[in-house]
Amino acid sequence: MSNAELLKTTDMARFAAQGYLRLDGVVPESLNEQFLKDIGHEDEIGSALEHYQRIMGRSAIPIVPAGTSLNDAYPNDSALAKILALPRVAGAIESLVGGDCVVDHHFLHITFPPKLLEKPAPSQHTHQDSTIDPRRAFDVQIMYFPHDVTEDMGGTRFVPGTHLRIVSEAAISRYQNIRGQQRMVCPAGTLLFVHHGIWHGGGANRSDEMRYMFKIRLAPTRRQQRLWDTRDLDTRAPQRPIFWLGQPPEEDDVHTILTTKQPWHEQDTGRLEYLNAARFWRYLTGDDTFDADYWLTRVENEPQ
Amino acid sequence: MSRRQHVLILYLESSALDSRVIAWSNYDGSGRSRHMAGDQDEPPYKTGLHAMRDGWRLFQASTLNPHTPGDEFRTGYLKYEFFFEQLVTADE
Repeated sequence: MSNAELLKTTDMARFAAQGYLRLDGVVPESLNEQFLKDIGHEDEIGSALEHYQRIMGRSAIPIVPAGTSLNDAYPNDSALAKILALPRVAGAIESLVGGDCVVDHHFLHITFPPKLLEKPAPSQHTHQDSTIDPRRAFDVQIMYFPHDVTEDMGGTRFVPGTHLRIVSEAAISRYQNIRGQQRMVCPAGTLLFVHHGIWHGGGANRSDEMRYMFKIRLAPTRRQQRLWDTRDLDTRAPQRPIFWLGQPPEEDDVHTILTTKQPWHEQDTGRLEYLNAARFWRYLTGDDTFDADYWLTRVENEPQ
Repeated sequence: MSRRQHVLILYLESSALDSRVIAWSNYDGSGRSRHMAGDQDEPPYKTGLHAMRDGWRLFQASTLNPHTPGDEFRTGYLKYEFFFEQLVTADE
């Protein structure tokens, strides 16, 4: 029997609305150390090129063909296999893309400190992986931070709630800063799960330390419907009063989660984000009658 | 002494120039300042109008386009994009 700890409905609704799930320090230190050893990290680094070539040549990260079952991708004794089997990690994967998902690709991102470079590297432009992708089904990308990431190390930057926007990869590179953007500052062993559509970019490393981030993109092989712990799911909850409320909405209510304004929302398209989040929730629950705060009912109301 | 273009792009909450800045980019052709993705969490101005009051000249604004039938609810690129410039003296 699986020991996976599936996500709760509120976790899943937050993922649907914000496009990310963060598990801080979920990987124990012993596995972080094993991972750094597996990739060939050394405390003393002569030059960036030499270190990069050593890691590429000697790393224990396997070469995995696209479409390989996640269950077959990593040797059982590897740090990665053990990390992916941690109950909270396995549960998040199972909830989001199913336990029978496949690996699209993985990659070790290495961001060198200025002292190892001739010229400090700038941050990465804002982008969406990997090409224009209008599907309702979704892939997840797991970003693994095997060591502490401080503010000056330039941890991955991302913009919550951008994942349902249909754009074409680097076409958004013109956008330097967006209200509500977050940067990963986190303890060792943190995993960030993101919907494939989230707008993101790597930060500039201004510290004296190396920064590693290992990314795995996973694709579902089954319909992503009610894969989480749905015991607390109630899609038939009645509609609430809207606008004129009398009191603040309950923050853990799915309707509230799906209709929460992001700091970057435009006045009009921010409302479209609520509609799109409610439609995404319909997809995830398989309930085409679901609505959050009447946004869909209003525009679907065509009495015959 | 030669002059260079310093461009500030503001993305606003609506098509009104006095609406709130939600995203921004800064490209300085003089080379005096260097900006990059993720370098600021707070915008340089509260609204587009605040930038104009500080001497930024508006030279391009995004248009308001009709919605393609069947595609009315799709969201994509930021919609209200305003380009501002200042002409600055470059170091030779």
